[in-house]
Amino acid sequence: MKKEILDLQIAEATSPWEGFVLLKAEPTEGALPECRPGQFAQLRTGGALLRRPISIHNVEEGGRRVWFLVQAVGRGTRWFQTLKAGDCLNAVMPLGNGFGMPGSGDRVLLVGGGVGVAPLLFQGQRLRERGIPFAFLLGARSADLLLQLEEFRRVGEVFVATEDGSAGECGLVTQHSAFAAPYTLVQTCGPTPMMRAVARLAHEQGMRCEVSLENRMACGVGACLCCVTEDRTGHNRCVCTDGPVFGAEELNWD
Amino acid sequence: MADLKVSIGALELRNPVMTASGTFGYGLEFQDFVDLSELGGIVVKGTTLRPREGNPYPRMAETASGMLNCVGLQNKGVDYFCEHIYPEVKDLPTQVVVNVSGSTIEDYAETAHRIGELERIPAIELNISCPNVRQGGMAFGVTSQGAASVVKAVRRAYPKTLIVKLSPNVTDIAEIARAVEAEGADAVSLINTLMGMAIDAERRRKVLSIGTGGLSGPAVKPVALRMVHQVSKAVGIPVVGLGGIMSATDAVEFLLAGATAVEIGTANFIDPGVSTKVVRGISEYLARHGFSSVREIIGALEN
Repeated sequence: MKKEILDLQIAEATSPWEGFVLLKAEPTEGALPECRPGQFAQLRTGGALLRRPISIHNVEEGGRRVWFLVQAVGRGTRWFQTLKAGDCLNAVMPLGNGFGMPGSGDRVLLVGGGVGVAPLLFQGQRLRERGIPFAFLLGARSADLLLQLEEFRRVGEVFVATEDGSAGECGLVTQHSAFAAPYTLVQTCGPTPMMRAVARLAHEQGMRCEVSLENRMACGVGACLCCVTEDRTGHNRCVCTDGPVFGAEELNWD
Repeated sequence: MADLKVSIGALELRNPVMTASGTFGYGLEFQDFVDLSELGGIVVKGTTLRPREGNPYPRMAETASGMLNCVGLQNKGVDYFCEHIYPEVKDLPTQVVVNVSGSTIEDYAETAHRIGELERIPAIELNISCPNVRQGGMAFGVTSQGAASVVKAVRRAYPKTLIVKLSPNVTDIAEIARAVEAEGADAVSLINTLMGMAIDAERRRKVLSIGTGGLSGPAVKPVALRMVHQVSKAVGIPVVGLGGIMSATDAVEFLLAGATAVEIGTANFIDPGVSTKVVRGISEYLARHGFSSVREIIGALEN
């Protein structure tokens, strides 16, 4: 899959949730390169020197418009809040390996927490197109922090867990009754403690599990070796090129 | 179009722009972005005698106009390089230089010897300046005696072009440069990263796993320019300049300061296509100022 440096023009920039920005953008010329769910883009920011790795939230039908859901946490990501329709955004994409594509016998649970829900929307779209049974399980501290709930509902069945009980079942995603159903594969993205707990639970229930990491990185293409995570054999693997999606059993998470 | 060719010892470059070790992988990672045949050369990732896992994560912190890294020479060792990577890079359409690092003088010499047997690798860059490994690396590079002893041993083991990469974390870099020149280095490259530190005030913790790291990027450019200028006056061998080069103008400044060639490092992370843009920009500069060869601007400061 060829990686490209491309200029995107912002078609829509909104902040539906405090501290988050939703960007929808199209290439200023030519086509968007083919992207797989779970891959990411390195977005140039006016707020910092280095690019920021942001997962691909969605690619609209027709493959021309790409979505990014960004949490504004530092100088680099806060700059994305200043973008408006018509502005230009430089991206290096698509990067990383993306989620595995399940087989026809699979039933998939897509488990997201916080801004980590972003790549699951794209994955859900793809699973729906392929006719593979799946559901989303989205977790947040409270109902107002459930991001893109309506979009997820457009794509498939959505289970919700909130820590304060303000929406869906009260508790963590790992306490949700959805895990009682006979899923064969769990694909998850969110805070590391959540993903570790999800991976442990999936393992106990005999489900395969893929996790999407978001280590701090500089290059995004496997050159700087800054974003490494230790695998089960004690070797450092690049999250940008060997990941960001890993089989939970590959990682040194026990 | 102006002539861009330069020579570093016996190493002939089609233009003075190379990519810096640890910022461009083995070139292969950037083939989607850059036509490698337009580059002067690639300095590939630091290679040691034995495999090294490097330092734990986190290894990087962004700072004002720069970044700190403490990767710690993660690489699969010289055997792996010779067996698996060399076959992939030997036919790349540019000069491939291997950055060689070590913990002991014997390791350096043995690694250099092994790389010397590879027909299509015309030069090594000897890294006596890595700030991120406790043993070796910078320990050799911060005294004239240490630097001289490594270069002396490697010179005996390695007959091709030997570039020695110098540390800026010293009192007098010109003295170190003279010491390695005296032991037979064909060229020096400078600067490696400046040792620094980042602290997270909210968490009251060091940001990097080992506490300190090497600073690179635009923040270090003025320091690098000064050192390149100073060293080029002090030695007779070619100087390869690097440190915060983001554009063709930056590269031209290093050439004017006395560098025969330059390396692009951190900028590759920000714009993976920057290296060949710098080549084209140097050409445009030469045309605009009426120079027929890039060699006319090396050390050509007018004051």
